[in-house]
Amino acid sequence: MSTASAVVTGLGVVAPNGMDTEAYWTAVLDGRSAIAPITRFDASRYPVSLAGEVRDFTAKDHIPSRLLPQTDHMTRLSLYAADKALADSQVDLGGLPEFAAGVSSASTMGGFEFGQRELENLWSKGGQFVSAYQSFAWFYAVNTGQVSIRHGLRGPGSALVTDQAGGLDAVGNARRQIRKGATLMVTGGVDGALCPLGLVGQLTSGELSTSTDPARAYLPFSADADGHVPGEGGAYLVLEEAAAARRRGARVYGELAGYAATFDPGTDGTPRTGLERAIRRALDDAQVRPEQIDVVFADAAAVPDLDRAEAEALAAVFGPRAVPVTAPKNTTGRLYAGGASLDLATALLSIRDGVIPRTPNVEACAPDHPIDLVVGEPRTADIGRALVVARGRGGFNAAAVVRRAS
Amino acid sequence: MNRRVVITGIGAVAPGESGVKKYWELISSGRTATRIISSFDSTAFRSRVAAECDFDPVESGLGQREIRRMDRASQFAVAATREALADSGLDLAHADRERIGVSFGSAVGCTTSMEREYAVLSDGGAEWLVDHDYAITQLYDHFVPSSIAVEVARVAGAQGPVTLVSDGCTSGLDAVGHGADLIREGSADIVVSGGTDAPISPITVACFDAIKATTPRNDEPGQASRPFDATRNGLVLGEGAAVLVLEELEHARRRGATIYAEVAGFGTRCNAYHMTGLRADGTEMAEAIRLALTEARLAPEAIGYVNAHGSSTKQNDRHETAAIKTALGEHAYRVPVSSIKSMIGHSLGAIGALELVACVLAMQYSLIPPTANLHEPDPVCDLDYVPLTAREARVDAVLSVGSGFGGFQSAVVLARPERTAA
Amino acid sequence: MSDATEITIDDLKRIMRESAGEDESIDLDGDILEVPFAELGYDSLALLEAAGRITREYGVSLRDDELDGVETPRAFLDAVNAALVRV
Repeated sequence: MSTASAVVTGLGVVAPNGMDTEAYWTAVLDGRSAIAPITRFDASRYPVSLAGEVRDFTAKDHIPSRLLPQTDHMTRLSLYAADKALADSQVDLGGLPEFAAGVSSASTMGGFEFGQRELENLWSKGGQFVSAYQSFAWFYAVNTGQVSIRHGLRGPGSALVTDQAGGLDAVGNARRQIRKGATLMVTGGVDGALCPLGLVGQLTSGELSTSTDPARAYLPFSADADGHVPGEGGAYLVLEEAAAARRRGARVYGELAGYAATFDPGTDGTPRTGLERAIRRALDDAQVRPEQIDVVFADAAAVPDLDRAEAEALAAVFGPRAVPVTAPKNTTGRLYAGGASLDLATALLSIRDGVIPRTPNVEACAPDHPIDLVVGEPRTADIGRALVVARGRGGFNAAAVVRRAS
Repeated sequence: MNRRVVITGIGAVAPGESGVKKYWELISSGRTATRIISSFDSTAFRSRVAAECDFDPVESGLGQREIRRMDRASQFAVAATREALADSGLDLAHADRERIGVSFGSAVGCTTSMEREYAVLSDGGAEWLVDHDYAITQLYDHFVPSSIAVEVARVAGAQGPVTLVSDGCTSGLDAVGHGADLIREGSADIVVSGGTDAPISPITVACFDAIKATTPRNDEPGQASRPFDATRNGLVLGEGAAVLVLEELEHARRRGATIYAEVAGFGTRCNAYHMTGLRADGTEMAEAIRLALTEARLAPEAIGYVNAHGSSTKQNDRHETAAIKTALGEHAYRVPVSSIKSMIGHSLGAIGALELVACVLAMQYSLIPPTANLHEPDPVCDLDYVPLTAREARVDAVLSVGSGFGGFQSAVVLARPERTAA
Repeated sequence: MSDATEITIDDLKRIMRESAGEDESIDLDGDILEVPFAELGYDSLALLEAAGRITREYGVSLRDDELDGVETPRAFLDAVNAALVRV
């Protein structure tokens, strides 16, 4: 395995507050949230009725008719974002060697709305009413398969499930594939399960806010934090072997300089040190010191214990309040496998434009969290390196460092 | 620094009785574990045959809380993990747990529990707006299959990288390949790798019915899975789990571990062609095989046994035969090829790991498990498929291949431990 | 469920559109009776979904062998209509 460096040459964003990269970035800089009452079904009977929906997406405007009957909503969002990412990279896929380009995506619940409909067909009417597409439209590998087919990507393909850490793990795996010989990987996560069954599943995580006020429902690191809001969307990145990107004169957003994943089994009273370890290892992997990191995009669960653990891990690595920390993800809700990929895109845009977006709606960081949370206004800063942190239910931790390309 | 990866422990929950010993007795005898589905009333379905595990969680050592908490797929995974870790002789209490990882495969995750709970929440499919008052606390974990990797990681005390790989029916192979990559790159010294699935539930049976991928040969369950046979007409669903403890070679040597085999090579490719269809020429699978051989630094002639995907569908067995010929050339006609799916069915994300355990055992016992039910080969399938009875043969290196919905094509090469002595 | 004893090419076009969409570069409204499904942009999966829809709408199941070798809309209609007469 080589130590080839991998750079991001394309971004494809589909977010509740922006249907493409620039619209999303403008919304984030303006602190504009898309969290609102759920419209995709009548959620009024559930204790959680707010979400970040991608409302402006009309599938038939973006997805070929032949693919509509066989795809779940989140796969359509996924195909759309992958199209955008590849277009943004301006790569000529046909000019690459055969098998040089692949897909590494993350998933959580798969095409769950499609799945609920087919479960209903089966249980209410019988097996003959189940669609021929159910065998793949619901399953976790669907986005990797559909994106691979649509763009003729015949290199390595995989789908990883590490709950909400997946958006980083998939990208870390894409770099691994580049080091094993791939030239280009479409990677990240676009996710969402905003159907009744999916929402009820998410309720049982015990981490959702029951607030009905969109401005109060997702307040990470705030003294008023009481959970988060689900959302849909995410981002795909085009990750490319640095020398190949240079040869074709590609515009480079930044380098995926460091990545690490750890786990906290939480058994035998083992201390939960995994998040701090993941951050330190990602920094080591990037060969940077903590003081060289200019901003942290936090996991920001907005669950008090989880916020405290994250704040303490960051303080242990960087020192108390030593680095700006932000969580603009509270404008979209948590996007499950898509969230951390979108954070990576946001971090690269911060590097590009020299600005740190704020965590809107949060007036102040809770005093017992020893972090410098960016609230109020965006901060202008020269940003050379950013850290992105993600966690998944059950003990998953991941961290990635992106830096301005040299 | 060239880090090499070896297998130091194995575990299995396969159709029939649990445990590696029972599994090997079954597949080396040429008997089949396929029968009419017993876990639910399948009368209304087109295909009613499956290869089921006679799995008793209590007998397999699971506690009452584990049983309540876990889907059947997780229970399989945990039981197989415990067997494999015990087999490895690893002293987990004194191991550096930050250097232990997990890479586990599953195609459909906790689908049995998901469907069971859906039926309750929707009152038998009557309500789209399902009733959250009936939601169990484990529902999220049944919906998001990373919970399977979590359970395995808890058993192993893993604090390193932990991942669930969900690449459809290549999940098991890919999880082992991914685990080996984690060790080679230095992210871990030990990785508990494997695969699990427990897909024999109404929704899975119905969705395979809808595309006629499963066999309607319900009157002869024992002969329903017949890879490479001219009369084959679909796959038989299976279930189970298998675990391979992967370890960095020097790490294994230092502790004097028994080394079963080296994970010498891994390759995976997408066909970018169709979610369920295969290109007839098998180009991408052939490329995956070439990659695995290249990583293993082995010529095709070094392969002594090919464990085929051999799912018993019309298109797969032809596709795969073409791929093996493309990748191995003339050697394809000399090397024994067999499909154990003839005996244990197709357990989706578990099967790749179960097949790799079979490969380990084939090398250990110098015995190649057969392709059961192969009486009349399809003329297009013209390789040596080891029909009906096991064959004695010393095998120094094996190739195992897999193919999955989504277009995934994967290959793993295992080699005898002696090769690692140098 | 419909109690029709025959489905027409227009029924089939509707069913194909519903079950598998339509390729942007192909005009389904032309004379397509003898045009192979492959040229119309439909694969075997599309035909399986269409057959499932016909089962659900018309209450007729096609046997496994009845779709083998069906390559054109005319052959598909013949197979379905033969089955409709059977029930």
